[in-house]
Amino acid sequence: MSAVMTAEAPVAEGRRIGEVILDLQGISLSFGGVKALTNISFNVREHEIRSIIGPNGAGKSSMLNVINGVYHPQEGQIHFHGSRRQKMDPHQAAAQGIARTFQNIALFKGMSVLDNIMTGRSLKMKCGLLRHALYWGPAQREEIAHRRKVEEIIDFLEIQSIRKTPVGRLPYGLQKRVELGRALAAEPSMLLLDEPMAGMNVEEKQDMCRFILDVNDQFGTTIVLIEHDMGVVMDISDRVVVLDYGKKIGDGTPDEVKNNPDVIAAYLGASH
Amino acid sequence: MLYREAGQFKTSYSADQQIFPILQDRYGYWVILAIFGVLVPMLASAYWLKAILIPVLIFSLAAIGLNILTGYAGQLSLGSAAFMAVGAFGAYNFRLRIDGLPFLVALILGGLAAAAVGVLFGLPSLRIKGFYLAVATLAAQFFIVWVLVKFPWFSNNASSGVITAQDVVILGYHFDGPQAKYVLTLAVVAALALAAKNLVRTATGRSWMAVRDMDVAAEVIGIRPMRAKLLAFAVSSFYCGVAGALYAYTYLGTVEPEGFNLDLSFRILFMIIIGGVGSIMGSFLGSAFIVLLPILLDNVVPAIFGNALGAGFASNLQLIVFGGLIIFFLIVEPHGLARLWQIGKEKLRLWPFPH
Ligand SMILES: Nc1ncnc2c1ncn2[C@@H]1O[C@H](COP(=O)(O)OP(=O)(O)OP(=O)(O)O)[C@@H](O)[C@H]1O
Ligand SMILES: [Mg+2]
Repeated sequence: MSAVMTAEAPVAEGRRIGEVILDLQGISLSFGGVKALTNISFNVREHEIRSIIGPNGAGKSSMLNVINGVYHPQEGQIHFHGSRRQKMDPHQAAAQGIARTFQNIALFKGMSVLDNIMTGRSLKMKCGLLRHALYWGPAQREEIAHRRKVEEIIDFLEIQSIRKTPVGRLPYGLQKRVELGRALAAEPSMLLLDEPMAGMNVEEKQDMCRFILDVNDQFGTTIVLIEHDMGVVMDISDRVVVLDYGKKIGDGTPDEVKNNPDVIAAYLGASH
Repeated sequence: MLYREAGQFKTSYSADQQIFPILQDRYGYWVILAIFGVLVPMLASAYWLKAILIPVLIFSLAAIGLNILTGYAGQLSLGSAAFMAVGAFGAYNFRLRIDGLPFLVALILGGLAAAAVGVLFGLPSLRIKGFYLAVATLAAQFFIVWVLVKFPWFSNNASSGVITAQDVVILGYHFDGPQAKYVLTLAVVAALALAAKNLVRTATGRSWMAVRDMDVAAEVIGIRPMRAKLLAFAVSSFYCGVAGALYAYTYLGTVEPEGFNLDLSFRILFMIIIGGVGSIMGSFLGSAFIVLLPILLDNVVPAIFGNALGAGFASNLQLIVFGGLIIFFLIVEPHGLARLWQIGKEKLRLWPFPH
């Protein structure tokens, strides 16, 4: 066990970082005998870019899964926007404005780019079965209104030319971009990104970085980011949490984390 | 006129969201409906109407039902015929027991009864997938037929559960001839096929496909997988139920529970495999193919080989051809005839330039 740094939010230029909106306290999660997370506490402030880093198997993805209700921790408390969250399922998390992307792309393979991003708006669509069957009045207006929103996202992500392509046929980098689009379609207040730049070349990474910064800047979306590329993380994050073997070993601004001896040891030890 | 989209610019999202975005397809739909709704009943013989066209339409409807469940929502089912039986016996009993109930209302009620039973047998899908779910629907197949035979109430105490469909009367008009029955079947099937096409291209259909492709991601987006699956079972069974009621009222006239056996369920499954999993049009192609193939073989084989091969050979050949085709489509072209048709259209769009 090591001294955990206290986390202070830096004052970013142009963006006003707000209050703590997500507060995790003493989160422990295990699968059978495997302890994925042990007594982890940290918080996320409104509008900030908060990164989670750590060696493979450190528990980063598990942490995101706890935040949006895919996994239920055995111990600990989660406060989101002030209210304590008991067991909640992913659907409720979505309804509260949390969207995410996955480490292994989880697009709907059989559907077009357009349809994939349209599904991101599911929670905002109200028409029912009968109206859909008749494609009548309100159902038609609703589809078209949401299509307009989705087209804005398609323009934002610069993927106009592939909107009708089945996602299965797209190269990896573009699939990651479409998945970001699907998450953005929900107009989330908090966006969880699990290694959005993994397996990308330098240009693709730059594009993805730009999109993440633009989303954060233009829409004020709070971002929780898992990323292995230290250059990117240190560049764009406001604060960073470091996990190792399911434990938190560091938390603070990029500079603080970089100089934390435990973090350095963990990264050298893990031979990255 | 060339089959092209050149010059057909979509200037609004509503234009781009149309059911048939290419002009030629839009005309094509109405032309096909006019041919089958007006020309065919005038020209086709009673044999063609009764023995080929009506069953093709009815099986298409059942195949659309199965396609909604399996092709769009990704839930395998081997109980389609049983849900048809619920529709047939449901409509029959509603008409029998409610005086003056209009035929179309009974048809819808029969479909709704099938939908309710479908949801019940769809409940296991919330816990199990794939092969195990197929076995659960197999149980539905046997259980439903058994119940309809076991309790004579369903067939108004007829021996061995045989029911004779009442006359079809709508607004005082009697649909007794093959032409009238064909036109009625076509109207119902065309309307429901259009509704299905609308469902699968709007939010309902997207939620089905999302659950099919990646249910965890669907849930994270805010789709409720349970709700989507049960809705798929309900809608699918409704379609099968209406198809079953038509099977009794406009096709056979007299049906028994055993007629809706596992064999029929498999035939409907083969229709969507050959026609195209996840395609409304493929349901029609598959149904036409499976109804027409035996007739074709019966006529072609003796013409080529004479009677030398014996009577049994033709039916065996039929099985061999079916088996071969199913293996072909499963391995080579899982999207079936509909996909081949689409490839053809894509080629046509570029024709005469190869690329
Ligand atoms: N659903 C699960 N069932 C069992 N064990 C799990 C499950 N999910 C995660 N684990 C275990 O929890 C630990 C942390 O995994 P996690 O995926 O959170 O790590 P990670 O930091 O995201 O790693 P990576 O960098 O490789 O993505 C691992 O030991 C993993 O095997
Ligand atoms: Mg991970």
